[in-house]
Amino acid sequence: MDILNALVAFTNFVVVPATAYGSQLALGALGVTLIYGVLRFSNFAHGETMSFGAMVVVLVTGLFQSWGLSLGALPTALLALPFGILATALLLLLTDRVVYKFYRKVKAVPVMFVIVSTGVMFVMNGLVRMVVGTDDRRFSDGARFVINAREFKAWSGLNEGLALKTTQVITVVVAMITVAALFWFLNKTRTGKSMRAFSDNEDLALLSGINPERVVMITWLLVAALATIAGTLYGLDKSYKPFIFQQLLLPVFAAAIVGGIGNPLGAVAGGFVIAFSEVTLTYAFKKVVTYLGPDSWAPDGLVQLLSTDYKFAVSFAILIIVLLFKPTGLFKGQSI
Amino acid sequence: MSFLHASEMRGGYGGADILHGCTLTVQKGEIAVIVGPNGAGKSTAMKAVFGMLKLREGAVYLDGEDITGLSPQERVYKGMGFVPQTHNIFPTMTVRENLEMGAFIRKDEIEPTIEQVYELFPAVYEKRNQNAGELSGGQRQQVAVGRALMTQPKLLMLDEPTAGVSPIVMDELFDRIIEVAKTGISILMVEQNARQALEIADKGYVLVQGANAYTDTGANLLADPEVRRTFLGG
Amino acid sequence: MTQAQTQTSTTTLPRAPLYFAAMAVLIAAVGFLQSWNSALSILNMGLISAIMALGVNLQWGYAGLFNVGVMGFTALGGLAVVLTSMPPVPAAWSAGGGRMILALLVGVGTIALAVLTYPRLPKTRLRGVILTVILVGGFFAFRALFDPAVEAIEAVDPAVSGYLGGMGLPVIFAWPVGALLAAGAAWLVAKTALGLRSDYLAIATLGIAEIILAVLKNEDWLSRGVKNVNGLPRPVPYEINLQQNEWFLGLMAKLGMDPVTGSSIFVKLLYAGIFLAVIFVIVVAMELALKSPWGRMMRAIRDNEVASEAMGKDVTGRHLQIFVLGAAIIGFAGAMMTTLDGQLTPTTYQPLRYTFLIWVMVIVGGSGNNWGAVLGGMLIWFLWVEVEPIGAWIVNVLTSGLEDGSALKAGLIERVAYMRYLTMGVILLVVLRFSPRGLLPEK
Repeated sequence: MDILNALVAFTNFVVVPATAYGSQLALGALGVTLIYGVLRFSNFAHGETMSFGAMVVVLVTGLFQSWGLSLGALPTALLALPFGILATALLLLLTDRVVYKFYRKVKAVPVMFVIVSTGVMFVMNGLVRMVVGTDDRRFSDGARFVINAREFKAWSGLNEGLALKTTQVITVVVAMITVAALFWFLNKTRTGKSMRAFSDNEDLALLSGINPERVVMITWLLVAALATIAGTLYGLDKSYKPFIFQQLLLPVFAAAIVGGIGNPLGAVAGGFVIAFSEVTLTYAFKKVVTYLGPDSWAPDGLVQLLSTDYKFAVSFAILIIVLLFKPTGLFKGQSI
Repeated sequence: MSFLHASEMRGGYGGADILHGCTLTVQKGEIAVIVGPNGAGKSTAMKAVFGMLKLREGAVYLDGEDITGLSPQERVYKGMGFVPQTHNIFPTMTVRENLEMGAFIRKDEIEPTIEQVYELFPAVYEKRNQNAGELSGGQRQQVAVGRALMTQPKLLMLDEPTAGVSPIVMDELFDRIIEVAKTGISILMVEQNARQALEIADKGYVLVQGANAYTDTGANLLADPEVRRTFLGG
Repeated sequence: MTQAQTQTSTTTLPRAPLYFAAMAVLIAAVGFLQSWNSALSILNMGLISAIMALGVNLQWGYAGLFNVGVMGFTALGGLAVVLTSMPPVPAAWSAGGGRMILALLVGVGTIALAVLTYPRLPKTRLRGVILTVILVGGFFAFRALFDPAVEAIEAVDPAVSGYLGGMGLPVIFAWPVGALLAAGAAWLVAKTALGLRSDYLAIATLGIAEIILAVLKNEDWLSRGVKNVNGLPRPVPYEINLQQNEWFLGLMAKLGMDPVTGSSIFVKLLYAGIFLAVIFVIVVAMELALKSPWGRMMRAIRDNEVASEAMGKDVTGRHLQIFVLGAAIIGFAGAMMTTLDGQLTPTTYQPLRYTFLIWVMVIVGGSGNNWGAVLGGMLIWFLWVEVEPIGAWIVNVLTSGLEDGSALKAGLIERVAYMRYLTMGVILLVVLRFSPRGLLPEK
């Protein structure tokens, strides 16, 4: 029985990665949920929006690196982030103007918006591939670790190491700042409140003199920031691969729905629920079980509940359970 | 001319007309109540006054100004406040935020108005930090009225404010509405509970099939045997 | 604008033959300019795409249901071909076949038990505990049986088999089996997601498609995963056999054609004949269904869901029916496609190609119109195949001033490969916006 080592192994392989991944999903789900709350449709182009934002950051990072600009221990990508947000904001505002605005004017049914968003997804996907191709790109630089596994072992005297990558720390810190700023904006500023009012009761918001087009514009700007940050953090943590963002769409949607779609707090909670479930269910617990049990108990297999290839199945299963038992989600979203 | 003067309104939601020459006037600080059988076009008449229905004929004057062509939002700027029958609050926002949103178009200091609303509706003050969606039916209606008062309207329009609330709450609401009228705000109200509403009304309109059937003071209408027999159940 | 539109919409029928004739000309042009082999390849894949589009059209055009999982249902059709037509692998069956079947029964049994007991339990905290015990216990029992079975099966000659094989039936039987598999998956999804917001069905179908694909890629014991299954049986003769056939050689001599090219064209023509027959049957069946009371009810529901619900129509039930039917058609087409390919390669199933391209076909063709779906399927497939060479040609012409080795030119040519995604997205958006009724509008 070796609780300490088991705990360290569990933290190293489950808690840390799931926290980072959860932060990324939370930011992605926040974008989906804001669009849902204000424009009232599930945006299938959101994955590609994240991809586009991250792509611009990757390109600008490359440019800065070639100029010799850097943030020292921190990744240069942080410096490039505002440019990614700006470019994404322009793209989204343009898309809204030439695509979505028309459907708002004719008051199209929600499913029409969903189909249109898949068209937008197609276009953005082609755009990204035309600009950068489909190759894998690593763009994180600076210090690799905050805590190094070997140093941790030497310091603690344990068998298990605990590694904390810089990108993981940055992911969580940036996500926390972003979420705090978003909640401050939504709850404390007049514009943010008007967005919530619009999301709550569109007709009454119009009666109160809230300008719907302005609310929509602000929403796209926030979504651009959230999507770019989420995409960049995901890319920093793993690597930037255009096609991965299509696959990220399912966990992001699942996170938004689990938390209650249209509810920002729910999106954050949903992101962590999905991330922790995914990582826990696909983690091979052999080590942890070996430490916890007596020596004779050491398992033969990996003690892995689900192969990592089935991580989508986790999002999907959670999604189905929520739809079956609590379609409004954990935090009471807008819809049935 | 009266403060609100809507004359000979005709129109409907595409297709056949619902209003067939309906005239409504309200004086300053007066409570006017529209009653009538189901489907008489009571709510439609009020929506027409507020510009949510395009008139085919007729005109609406507010304080002597022709506002027939204005949108509902523009009429809010002109001094109209409207409380819809349902969906009249922002459920996931706090009561205070509901009031703030009511004052969205104002550029000046809104704190004094919020204080006034709190004074008028002590229940609203008590629940100011709760989400409006969590309140009881009667409290929600008070929030809804409070929200509409935030623009400091000169004319407040209420579409069946007592629908679905208990008789006690109804009396309380009517008391509040009288208080509002005392501050000089004109009130135009559609009511299902005709008898109680006419009791507080300075002026009553009985609409039948989109046209005025009887127009008189509330007391006179209540005393009119014909009105009593036909519309007030004896 | 209004006059032209009313005129054409009242006279859809004369428009359809014209468009189909134009489509034939396009394919013939490929035949003359490139080769008849390519032309027939485009035709055959176009016909299969048309059937998939018919399935999506049934769901969207008749019922307004948005299915983002076309790829998954197509892949299930492909799996059906392997499971039906490949010969069984006796060694694998004896190694772990029985255990595998037992494991799967335990898995299904656990879920069935959970589903059946849940509503009968008292609504207390105990209910959740019992449900968890059933599910967790069942899961471990399943894994205890499943894992060794997988290991045993996959150990059998992994280079060529390592899976259970199929039933060894003629491949044509695989097509209805594909329809059944897809229908089953669709039923599960629709049962949970229908009746909720329209977006939720879309998201749920996206999920099921990803999972089906993950199963195909990873469950080697089932269909060899990413090692692919090659050499699937065919419903038509092999080219190599034709080239030795007296009658065929005589025919070729009479036509003055090279037997090698001729045999390949002959095979493709046979496929085209079969596919056309399938399309004909499906379209006729769907048109008849649409004119029946059932079809009128479906359209009434689509046009006004609230009113139909108020009139006592079981909207969710009807939607479930139509969603399952549509998925079955897609599964059928998926099986046909894998048969045509002669191999199952799970890595080639891409949502952009198998889901969204089919959507473009339906929207462009004219949602709600079966002939429109067929036309859209053919036309969009044609463009999907031809946009790339046309784009490359345009780039070549535009950059002809540049040197051959220039980086800009190489870069542009590389980018052209991705242009078709962009083009298809733009086509979808433009048609939705400016001509939402498509080329052949619903009557």
